[in-house]
Amino acid sequence: MERPQEQQDTGTPRQRFAGGLRVGAGLAAASFALALTFGAAAHEQGWSFPATALASVLIFSGSAQFALLTALAGGGAAVPAIAAAVLINGRFLPMGLALGPSLSGGRLRRALQGQAVVDGSFVAAHLGRGRFDRYRLFGATVVQWPAWVAGTVIGAAVAPPADLAHRLGLDVVFPAFFLLLLLDELRTSRSGYAAAVLGAVVAAVLLWWVPPGVALLAATLAALIALRSRTGREARR
Amino acid sequence: MTLWIAILAVAAGSFLIKAAGPALLGDRSLPGWSTGVLAVLAPTLLAALVIVEVLGRRWEQTDFTVVAGLAAATVVWLLRAPMLVAVLVGVVATALLRLVVG
Repeated sequence: MERPQEQQDTGTPRQRFAGGLRVGAGLAAASFALALTFGAAAHEQGWSFPATALASVLIFSGSAQFALLTALAGGGAAVPAIAAAVLINGRFLPMGLALGPSLSGGRLRRALQGQAVVDGSFVAAHLGRGRFDRYRLFGATVVQWPAWVAGTVIGAAVAPPADLAHRLGLDVVFPAFFLLLLLDELRTSRSGYAAAVLGAVVAAVLLWWVPPGVALLAATLAALIALRSRTGREARR
Repeated sequence: MTLWIAILAVAAGSFLIKAAGPALLGDRSLPGWSTGVLAVLAPTLLAALVIVEVLGRRWEQTDFTVVAGLAAATVVWLLRAPMLVAVLVGVVATALLRLVVG
């Protein structure tokens, strides 16, 4: 798999798209494994096959789908479940703002291009210093979506025993990918250290009191606000 | 029926969240001060995601076999193994530990 620090913003759109595909292939493998566990868990909880597949086709977000599954378990009410799942995707709001200037066309077209934002692709598309490559973004997402849907469908159809994924250690796949992507980002971005530590600490503390979705969003915002006030002071000096 | 409505509602909500930033900004660029903040958005988010996945609500998900798997993946990656290989090593390490511990 190509290492993101070697990425360049030169090259034709096709080459940049291909670069995104290469990064996306690894993420797609991880998505597939996670989707298998989602499909199996949804089946276990009595979700119908079409509903399970539709969730992955339309929502295309592991964190939101697992949040929905967990919140609806044991006859949970719909509204809090929807709120929990949407909230966990709240992190895509600042990511969309960051990416906005790198997209193209009118507002509607940009809104549609913004749908390509998922965690791994957002990081893969980051060129450093807050600049993004939309072709890398599209390439990285294009391979993850079919992997996510295929994994879900197979997981729901085969319905492996619930503890199989756990025994195989598949729950390590996503945190491991995120951790390595983080270490990779920090190689090229020294200023990222403070932000990463701050984000991690705020998330860890908040997890005691609030659901993961809130902790995730609050940690991201808290770290950004802290850094914004610092960069603001530096700019006024 | 509730399930279908919930799935459609979450899909619509996610669509709007992802659409909001690009649609509201249009072809305007972000103010200059924001560059430094955006540059650290990815590491912040990734660090928070790792913590949330590993600890879980009220730190109840904490599992030393996962932490060991992450450590193994990190070491292998620092030894310049490709990312996918490093992740696989982490998965295998965790699976083996669980086999041993039971």
